[in-house]
Amino acid sequence: MKKIEYTAIKGQSVAYYGMLAGLGVVMLIGLLATWYMEHNGHHVTGMTNQIVWGTPHVFAVFLIVAASGALNVASIASVFGKKIYEPMARLSALLAIALLAGGLVILLLDLGRPDRLIIAMTYYNFKSIFAWNIILYTGFFAIVGAYIWMMMDHNMYRFKKPVGLAAFVWRLTLTTGTGSIFGFLVARSAYDAALLAPMFIIMSFSFGLAIFILVLMASYNWTGRELGDAVLARLRNLLGVFVAAVLYFVIVYHLTNLYITERHGVEDFILASGGIYTQLFWIGQVLIGGLIPLALIYAPGLRSSRKILALVCALIIFGGLAQMYVIIIGGQAYPLEIFPGYEVSSSFYDGVVAEYSPSLPEVMLGVGGVAVALFLVAFALKVLKFLPVSLADKAADPHA
Amino acid sequence: MSDCVNNSRREFIAKVALASTVSIAPGVLLHSAQAKPNDKPVSSDTRWGMLIDTNKCAKGCTACVDACNEEHGLEGLGRPATDAQYIRKVTLKEKSTGHEHSLPMLCQHCEKPPCVDVCPTGASFKREDGIVLVDKHICIGCRYCMMACPYKARSFVHEELTNQTLSAPRGKGTVESCTMCVHRVDKDGTPACVEACTADNHNAMIFGDMKDPSSALSIELKKHGGKQLRADLGLNTGVRYQGI
Repeated sequence: MKKIEYTAIKGQSVAYYGMLAGLGVVMLIGLLATWYMEHNGHHVTGMTNQIVWGTPHVFAVFLIVAASGALNVASIASVFGKKIYEPMARLSALLAIALLAGGLVILLLDLGRPDRLIIAMTYYNFKSIFAWNIILYTGFFAIVGAYIWMMMDHNMYRFKKPVGLAAFVWRLTLTTGTGSIFGFLVARSAYDAALLAPMFIIMSFSFGLAIFILVLMASYNWTGRELGDAVLARLRNLLGVFVAAVLYFVIVYHLTNLYITERHGVEDFILASGGIYTQLFWIGQVLIGGLIPLALIYAPGLRSSRKILALVCALIIFGGLAQMYVIIIGGQAYPLEIFPGYEVSSSFYDGVVAEYSPSLPEVMLGVGGVAVALFLVAFALKVLKFLPVSLADKAADPHA
Repeated sequence: MSDCVNNSRREFIAKVALASTVSIAPGVLLHSAQAKPNDKPVSSDTRWGMLIDTNKCAKGCTACVDACNEEHGLEGLGRPATDAQYIRKVTLKEKSTGHEHSLPMLCQHCEKPPCVDVCPTGASFKREDGIVLVDKHICIGCRYCMMACPYKARSFVHEELTNQTLSAPRGKGTVESCTMCVHRVDKDGTPACVEACTADNHNAMIFGDMKDPSSALSIELKKHGGKQLRADLGLNTGVRYQGI
């Protein structure tokens, strides 16, 4: 296989600057939304004392989970030695960092006191998985940053494999930590499950790869570089396996809960009687985010269509957001069971399904975080050599 | 013989006098010989707790809630979904029998509080004497404690505050909950809710030291027991209930 040649994108077109400007405006709107929420207090959002984590958290956790998964391609190349993924490893690592940054920005700006970031960085309660996550997130930037350096610097190239391995282990730990934010919540019926940690890992594989494929296709399309079918066929098949695996974990999670009598209430809520959450589960998560993508990936007549592949990725992203919404907000909407065997009522919404509707500022903050991630990618592609000049079949496929 | 009578009479009078200085009703302490000086740290020799008899808790009565709101300057802004509540009245209806009664719900001041476990900065903390608090100076407002609390005991300050009380400062963007009126307890006082319940002659709430076998709380717990809410979680709550 010949040596891969990387170049930075030119990034001088009106379209490129237009894109940066557009993303900048979206980020600015996100900042304005933050100012509005922080100035008035969170009562102007849809969040309450019942639904304490809302739409910003749906976006943030989705991006953080996807960040870890975006590193997949690099890991498969460096850790598992699959040559065809090698040329895309740099982009994979870049996307991982960018998505994490976007997610963390949202999380930070939604805090009640974002001005106290320095406290979060200096006061640690090591029994808190949240505190560990702060370390895991910061470490992820450092390790993946070093990984990119090893990949780009010929003098450091020999360290690429061990650093790649460290990044791989780190990101598995990171997503275990993210899943455990929910998995460790013993009191809430929808959480309190060790399965959430591996489920989040497999979700990260799926969401991260879907975003990666879209970014890859867009950057090759818009810069006129050649992207061969061999690479896309590999990625498509891998994506199919990940989507199926997510569905498998979802099935195991719900079957387990359905077996446990005390969890019947929450299962009935999510699967049957939960209104928007039930609809998002079946239509958004399972159908649009799972079954339709699977059918499109494996339907014989559609396998070579790039438009279909792009559609599949978009559906997976939509389904992933729906899944996060069901997990994070649906899980809180179902009331805490403090008094089993009793019907409960109070002035503090005990015993009733909590109401929540996303407010505009929350959505703007979430979308602003996505813009941060995309802006970082677009900007980095221009300043450093992340993209191979060609991913044509001849250049990328080791068997060609 | 007369000596004997005189002695027992003297002992009786002394006991009555002692009892009258300690309490006029269960839970209402008037005086204690063990006032804690401000410069002395709280000690784990004490564990403050509460016992609530739901049979005595009058339906529709909100004396405890009103007293708490006044004590902590919790002004309702007419937005029940975001207004803070440290203590609330919960109405329970037994599904199988239809039997209905009510009780006050507040922070259960767990020995092993999930809110403290999950707090990333250590803002949620438990004092040596068992009172669970939020250090509002290092709370970053992440609300993870609210996700973790099994009792829905915490509130987030959703907006600007006015008319704060000096004894119970609050902060926009931070999380708060029942402090067991720590500012009163440290001066040998009784939480406002317990005081109000007693003043209304309901006597449904007893406050005291769970580690002191002679406290009214410990005596009543030993005599009639008290249930923990979500005892299955093994948190060893500082608030116990009778009648549920």
